[in-house]
Amino acid sequence: MTGPRPALETAAMVRAGEEQAVDVLEHHLAVIDAGEESIHAFNLVTIELARTQARAVDATVTAGGDPGPLAGVPVALKDNMCTRGVPTTCSSRILDGWLPPYDATVVTRLTEAGALLIGKTNMDEFAMGSSTESSAFGTTRNPHDTTRVPGGSSGGSAAAVAAGFAPLAIGSDTGGSIRQPAALCGVVGMKPTYGTVSRYGLVAFASSLDQIGPFATSVADAALLFDVIGGHDPLDSTSLNRPTPRVLSVLDDGVDGMTVGVLAELLEGAAPDVVARVSEAAEALAAAGARVEEISVPEVRLGLSAYYLIAPGEASSNLARYDGVRYGLRVDAEDTVAMNTATRSVGFGPEVKRRIMLGTYVLSAGYMDAYYNQALRVRTRIIEGFAAAYTRCDVLLGPTAPTTAFAIGAKVDDPLTMYLSDVCTIPSNLAGHPAISVPFGPGDDGLPVGVQVLGPALSEGTLFQVAAVVESAAPHLASPRITTGAPV
Amino acid sequence: MVIGLEVHCELKTATKLFCGCPNMFGDEPNTNVCPNCLGLPGSLPVLNQRAVELAMAIGTALHCDIRASTFHRKNYFYPDQAKDYQISQYDEPLNVDGHLDLPDGFRVGIERAHMEEDTGKTTHAGTSGRIHGADYSLVDYNRSGVPLVEIVSRPDMRTADQARAYVTELRAILVASGASDGKMEEGSMRVDANVSVRPGPDDPFGTRCEIKNLNSVRSLGRAIEYEAERQIALLESGERVVQQTRHWDEGAGRTQALRSKEDAYDYRYFLEPDLVPLVPDAEWIRAVADTLGMMPAERRARLTELLDEGGGATRSQLLQVATVVELRLDDLVVEAVAAGVPSALALARTANEAATDADAARALDPKSYVELLTLEANGSLSATQAKAVLAELFVLGGGDPAAIARDKGFEAMSEDSLAATVGEAVAAHPDEWARFCEGDDKLAGFFTMLVMKATRGQANGKAVAAELRRLKG
Repeated sequence: MTGPRPALETAAMVRAGEEQAVDVLEHHLAVIDAGEESIHAFNLVTIELARTQARAVDATVTAGGDPGPLAGVPVALKDNMCTRGVPTTCSSRILDGWLPPYDATVVTRLTEAGALLIGKTNMDEFAMGSSTESSAFGTTRNPHDTTRVPGGSSGGSAAAVAAGFAPLAIGSDTGGSIRQPAALCGVVGMKPTYGTVSRYGLVAFASSLDQIGPFATSVADAALLFDVIGGHDPLDSTSLNRPTPRVLSVLDDGVDGMTVGVLAELLEGAAPDVVARVSEAAEALAAAGARVEEISVPEVRLGLSAYYLIAPGEASSNLARYDGVRYGLRVDAEDTVAMNTATRSVGFGPEVKRRIMLGTYVLSAGYMDAYYNQALRVRTRIIEGFAAAYTRCDVLLGPTAPTTAFAIGAKVDDPLTMYLSDVCTIPSNLAGHPAISVPFGPGDDGLPVGVQVLGPALSEGTLFQVAAVVESAAPHLASPRITTGAPV
Repeated sequence: MVIGLEVHCELKTATKLFCGCPNMFGDEPNTNVCPNCLGLPGSLPVLNQRAVELAMAIGTALHCDIRASTFHRKNYFYPDQAKDYQISQYDEPLNVDGHLDLPDGFRVGIERAHMEEDTGKTTHAGTSGRIHGADYSLVDYNRSGVPLVEIVSRPDMRTADQARAYVTELRAILVASGASDGKMEEGSMRVDANVSVRPGPDDPFGTRCEIKNLNSVRSLGRAIEYEAERQIALLESGERVVQQTRHWDEGAGRTQALRSKEDAYDYRYFLEPDLVPLVPDAEWIRAVADTLGMMPAERRARLTELLDEGGGATRSQLLQVATVVELRLDDLVVEAVAAGVPSALALARTANEAATDADAARALDPKSYVELLTLEANGSLSATQAKAVLAELFVLGGGDPAAIARDKGFEAMSEDSLAATVGEAVAAHPDEWARFCEGDDKLAGFFTMLVMKATRGQANGKAVAAELRRLKG
């Protein structure tokens, strides 16, 4: 095999018996072998698990059965989704030694669809970050330029797909953690409607915002993966009990007659080359028959502030359970409280501690109304603002991230600047809406730019249709050429 | 004295509140656990529908409004709290604004009855028995996630007796509604008391203290009385009552400060994002109400009415009514009366004899029980015989009372042979018979005794009396 091949094609060939899943796997393991040292996309490459799955897929085909829509396709999994008997670390020391006794629903669905779980990808610790630099296990590097960050928090998943380690990957998106790294790594990344993909087995960061979604090299592959992982799950009470949009079948329906709103607020802080790419994408949509207009949703400006109250608030509660009592790291001390404190002091990194403290503060008696409750009111305003926009537009368009990938280390000491890199993605999380990032050529520095398509709840079908048109018009982006052993 | 009570009640569901683990506390430690009730990363709660129905049944029985409700997280660190937060209903509970009427008619307001999950159970090894100073601690998470309903009364009670009566009646309601087994001593029902004192009934409420660790109705009464006296003594000596949580020491017979309001936890309540609002519709509320059986007050009223038809209840009969209802044997009385047994007899037999083994009595086919009482009522069996047959029914777990009576040789003597025996007794004591005929009614007992002696107790006293009256003419 030469070059990346679409997952759709690989699955079709494996299902037809024209190619063996074990060969597909070994090819990807070889690519990982060659490039992983300079990228560090994975916390763990699950070679034996994937080989076992590949053999099972081949056996099914040989026996005349159908292994499923992802037959023989390697999928990289962000390391915050539980895999039975396989370490699940959230890139944190606090989960040292913990082996989940169960599979996340998304893992079960991938396995049942014939996918090969090729590894657990690096991430910002507990998904808190926008560069994968807060990982306790080292930074992942951007395959397009190994001195740059891959974005985050799902930086490992984005880099794995960009580097050809796996055709597909799974990430989680709380404030942009799929879309922003997808944009920075030049791949497709999508955050579904809240409640569309089960969170069962996803280690929680901010439960009301977290949503699992696909990474792929193309819109069609992302659609394929989304169709597999979506759908109601009784194990997640927030899972929507209604038909999930099927997107693969509507991909080619075009945008003729649609209204696309270019969201002014998302352009405000974006770099000129990024704004230029968005304009080109809008022009391409107009050329394909869409009506394009500029639209303003002023409430969106409040998103970042609201997010940094709501997400840490929930996180402070979600991360309380890492107390050294039941699993993971325990640092012994003279009594229980001292043990809790010692364990958490050693086990959590600085960004996680910062957000736990922030979240504890905003939920405290006396401050809750001024901060957390106020943020919830803002959240409602944002939802209302979007609702008004969607009475006029089918989808909204904007950049995914304000800039292309920034240098490793550039923002680690300045959390506020780091937080700003999620400014374009956060509003969709607060609203619970779907959004997709599509690579749209290089920026002035030659690094990938992502264009984001936003839609109302359960508009995935429309979103993918628009994304497919954007993708077809995208300027050429050079494939990453990974140089080995690049210094940080 | 002003008293408000908070009662935690474990719901009698097959599984836990948010997962499918068996609700079986007391099994081998940490066997009824799963990722959810151990608080493993990535686990999510799924609300148990049966638990909601039982909570709604409690709300219905306590005349509450049942309404749309939400769950919150109550955040605090403790080893037996698997997630280091408890999922509990906070400002939007399922049941609000109800009441409970004590048997004497006193009405206690119910502020709310909300759902929450239980914690695991920690055992501290070492001399202190508390977490501080323990050598090590062991946690059993079998109880983690067991469904609870917390019933919060209004501060309406004014005496320890009312508090005792409230808990007794509430327990009966919880058992009758099928929501709980009501076992205080096993911890499936736990009571905290808020106590304050004030100079007079029209004065504002004083500062309250909350008393924990009340494991019986008796402890509750003692603790309240002790605490009220402690507070009165403080006020009379010019000091003030400090709002605090106090621990009842049953052995020492006193309360001790646990923590004061100043160092109370900040629980940082916020809406549980892993659950959706619980919105029971009218149809569901009605369906739960329809399956709810009669409550104790209604059951007592039903029996009292039966006695009223028979001429009104005496004081001791009212106690019998309470006993029978408490033991859930009142259906037996009602059925017996419906079959023609006099209400006084049915009540007495049930409150005195059946009550000695209430479990067996409840397990009995009511038809056997009614038949037995009918045999006694129509004179076929003496009281003594009836009691013996009942004991045998309990041993056998049921059966035909007439057949048991026959086997025991209790077959009521035929009228002929009874008449013959009575005749013999009369003939043997002509003087006494003459005095009896002249109106000395006391001698009826003398002849009855002779007949009983001759028949070794098998004769029916009433039948003997009837025969004597017949002979006397």
